[in-house]
Amino acid sequence: MANEEMEQLVSSEYKQGFVTDIESYTLPPGLDEEVIRYISSKKKEPQWLLDWRLEAFALWKEMHDPQAWANIGYPKIDFQAISYYSAPGAKDKNAPKSLDEVDPKLLETFEKLGIPLHERAALAGVRGVAVDAVFDSVSVGTTFKKELAEAGVIFCSISEAVQDHPELVRKYLGTVVSKTDNFYAALNAAVFTDGSFVFVPKGVTCPMELSTYFRINAANTGQFERTLIICEEGAQVSYLEGCTAPMRDENQLHAAVVELVALDDAYIKYSTVQNWYPGDEEGLGGIYNFVTKRGDCRGDRSKISWTQVETGSAITWKYPSCILRGKDSVGEFYSVAVTNNFQQADTGTKMIHLGEGSRSTIISKGISAGRSNQSYRGLVKILPSAKNARNFTQCDSLLLGDKCGAHTFPYQEIGNATAQVEHEATTSKIGEDQLFYCMQRGISEEDSVNMIVNGFCKDVFQELPMEFAVEAEALLNVTLEGAVG
Amino acid sequence: MIEIKDLHAKVEGKPILKGLSLSIKPGEVHAIMGPNGSGKSTLSAVLAGRSDYEVTSGTVTFFGEDLFAMSVEERACAGLMLAFQYPVEIPGVKNVYLLKAALNAQRKARGEPEIEAPAFMKLVREKLQFMKIDNSFLHRAVNEGFSGGEKKRNEILQMLILEPKLVLLDEIDSGLDIDALKVVAEGVNSLRDAGRSFLMITHYQRLLDYIEPDFVHVLNDGQIIKTGDKSLALELEDRGYDWVVEETA
Repeated sequence: MANEEMEQLVSSEYKQGFVTDIESYTLPPGLDEEVIRYISSKKKEPQWLLDWRLEAFALWKEMHDPQAWANIGYPKIDFQAISYYSAPGAKDKNAPKSLDEVDPKLLETFEKLGIPLHERAALAGVRGVAVDAVFDSVSVGTTFKKELAEAGVIFCSISEAVQDHPELVRKYLGTVVSKTDNFYAALNAAVFTDGSFVFVPKGVTCPMELSTYFRINAANTGQFERTLIICEEGAQVSYLEGCTAPMRDENQLHAAVVELVALDDAYIKYSTVQNWYPGDEEGLGGIYNFVTKRGDCRGDRSKISWTQVETGSAITWKYPSCILRGKDSVGEFYSVAVTNNFQQADTGTKMIHLGEGSRSTIISKGISAGRSNQSYRGLVKILPSAKNARNFTQCDSLLLGDKCGAHTFPYQEIGNATAQVEHEATTSKIGEDQLFYCMQRGISEEDSVNMIVNGFCKDVFQELPMEFAVEAEALLNVTLEGAVG
Repeated sequence: MIEIKDLHAKVEGKPILKGLSLSIKPGEVHAIMGPNGSGKSTLSAVLAGRSDYEVTSGTVTFFGEDLFAMSVEERACAGLMLAFQYPVEIPGVKNVYLLKAALNAQRKARGEPEIEAPAFMKLVREKLQFMKIDNSFLHRAVNEGFSGGEKKRNEILQMLILEPKLVLLDEIDSGLDIDALKVVAEGVNSLRDAGRSFLMITHYQRLLDYIEPDFVHVLNDGQIIKTGDKSLALELEDRGYDWVVEETA
């Protein structure tokens, strides 16, 4: 990257912190059965889904916040002070039927975020990327639906999928992350609003990258999206997810659930660049990002690969995981998490090996700066049925400065003598020698740090699709702005 | 070019340099020799600006400017380069990337535009060939997994591309076999001209057979105690350092 661009990047603040001034209908704060019934009726959902939500809600009320075990701290969240539904447009307005009906202000917002929703504009790019754009509680539009449909791929918002493909939703929803899985997954099951749905039929390789861009705009509102991706036998898809929010003084809650299902020989590659508003330098505001992501390698030789770059949020709590059920199935987790100022992250993965010959790889790179605190938490569980299962784990932490923290909590449960499990972990302070070497060649301290940190993360960045790798590097540099010196 | 006057410096509270003075004019090649612990490497570290070395008194001017008022990167951009004794590994950062970032940072400091990619690649290939380094070198991470000889050649490659005004060669000969030493020396000699100076720190006279110095200094206990020409190095090789120390005691 050219130096000037680099400089522009490191000197910029959270660029996505603007608010879109748009008429929207937001439910008053509070959570009870009426709210759930409202969301469900607003989305014209079938009775079974409403029942499912209500069951989840009843169970959630009996559950406890995960604060007890995660290495994060935050004031008790008042779930009655949050609004659970906010949609652009007047109260009774129906959802736009096509991109042409979408409020130009919304299109502008996504344009400003670098996500053009005009197919022509998107086509001008080197490679087409189909986008589903989610604004607060609703999807505002999905591009390239027609082209994808010709290939047999379904890509739409989950609300639309409930209407148009109820049999598929009913067959797979909640089968990977059950509604009782954990506190936030139960909350999500009760109140989820929108999210993306992907179905790639047998033998089809999705002809373009799919992407969902999540935007929180309204104040005092939580975003609870739910994403479901299914690849049938031999199908393949690469899916990207991005997210941003305005700068606000109060904390906002984002509690998503993502479920992936890969049947025999299917391959799902799921990449995330998470850039929720992290709060200011004093630790005021920012998103609480409590997310449950899990992939089920249900079929033999299936493969699920998670790549995440986590730079945003005041608190991140997420463990994208794989259940390696199929024989010779493969799970991968590549993660870069960066925390600065007062950010906290407790993130990692779970690899649950059930299938014979299943393999998993975990590469986690954590970078802590400022007064931030970061933990890697990972579980490798090998059940007796998983003969000859293998896992390789590598966790590296890099500290910038002396007021930040990095912790590693690796858990291993090996129920099989034929398993091979390797674990490597390093923690290093950014090398004074490395910095001095770069600066002695004339490179500024800030650029030197960026260069060294990007090098540290390279194993993960090279797993990202091209367009995202560039964005990820840029984001990393912005996040670490002012971290040294 | 550089004027060092009565320089005193400490490392971890311990005085190492104790009144070192040295003047280097454009075009000159100086060699500093001396027993272990005499302060040779401290001198190069202090001049390059390492933060763990504390200058307690004395002055250094570089092209008339106060060197100690300049940051590490400002010194580099003004033309001072340290070729390291132990070049550090930077995993994940490609050699070619570091080279380009360094060259452009220095060009920018001089008010020049960034070098275009084709011109840069042409320049780099030319220098690689000169240093007998394979092109694949560019895409390897900086010094990662390099042999001792490769690391030193990489330092000289950077020198050829950055074209500094004053080069501090800190034991550039250590760990080199004779063929690698010749290549390194050729690289240095190719840059010798009336406007460029070198300060070589070495233990061995051998290096001076390939890079001929104008002056040889003996450093002992933080001071230069004797200065001579190339013949002094031969004498040191022959007789060791003790006689010089005794002579000046």
